[in-house]
Amino acid sequence: MRIKILPLFLVISFLFIFFIFFKGLQNSNIYSPDINNEKDIPFFETKILNTNDKVNSKEIFISDKFYLLNVWASWCIPCKDEHPYLMDLSVQNNIEIIGLNYKDNDKNAKNFLKNMDNPYKVIFLDKDGTIAIEWGAYGVPESFLIYNKRVIKKIIGPLNKNSYSEIINLIK
Amino acid sequence: MKKIKYLIVIFLITNLSLSNAQESDLQNKITKNLRCLICQGQSVYESDSEFANSLKLVVQNKLDEGLNEKQIYGYLKTKYGEWILFDPNFGKNTYFLWLLPIFVFIIGGVIIFKLFIIRKNK
Repeated sequence: MRIKILPLFLVISFLFIFFIFFKGLQNSNIYSPDINNEKDIPFFETKILNTNDKVNSKEIFISDKFYLLNVWASWCIPCKDEHPYLMDLSVQNNIEIIGLNYKDNDKNAKNFLKNMDNPYKVIFLDKDGTIAIEWGAYGVPESFLIYNKRVIKKIIGPLNKNSYSEIINLIK
Repeated sequence: MKKIKYLIVIFLITNLSLSNAQESDLQNKITKNLRCLICQGQSVYESDSEFANSLKLVVQNKLDEGLNEKQIYGYLKTKYGEWILFDPNFGKNTYFLWLLPIFVFIIGGVIIFKLFIIRKNK
């Protein structure tokens, strides 16, 4: 009797392990950021493009408005695609667009804004990419909708028609 | 006197570089356990992407601020979630993952024991 239990047990445990691993295979192994959870905005200190004034994140995002923090760079091609949407948002009166210039050089960034128009109220510099990490960003472009010092929506990649109308609905 | 001065200088230089080495060892250890989110299958340590290079810098800065390894993992987990760690923590979602090898090992041991040792004694 004992001899029969053992192979049966082996088969069952192998099937069990196979099933677990097989299920594991179907999980995506591409990073998918958590975009649904609200998070507090991080604290950081940096400089401002153009004026080179030092700025602290506690001084901004304070008024009773929506803010859109947009991570961008002049070398980023999709940033050009989303630019018209940013321009449209910049004329809305209850939202302020704030740029985070990611790993860029000042001259190129200024040229980019000269050629394309500037939707940003203020632009922070992030020369080494560390501030983007504070925000939990991992590439450009990325946008964070902020209200009451909390990130209420995170948009990975360039803004498009859908995300644009979503933002418009949220800030109404 | 001069010799002693030289010795002191040499002592200082070697010690300084030693402490530097220890710190970058820890940085390497941490970045080897961080998944580079935009380059699949690579750790942050191996990757030379923009994201990975920034993350290396962040780890270095956090070490300089005096955070320990666990605190840095915790900090990055709040930013990017559990996925950024190659070595998942022991939690309710991963206990099976951690216990399965031990379980298999014990079962294997029992089988070997039963098949060979008990049979031999018979």
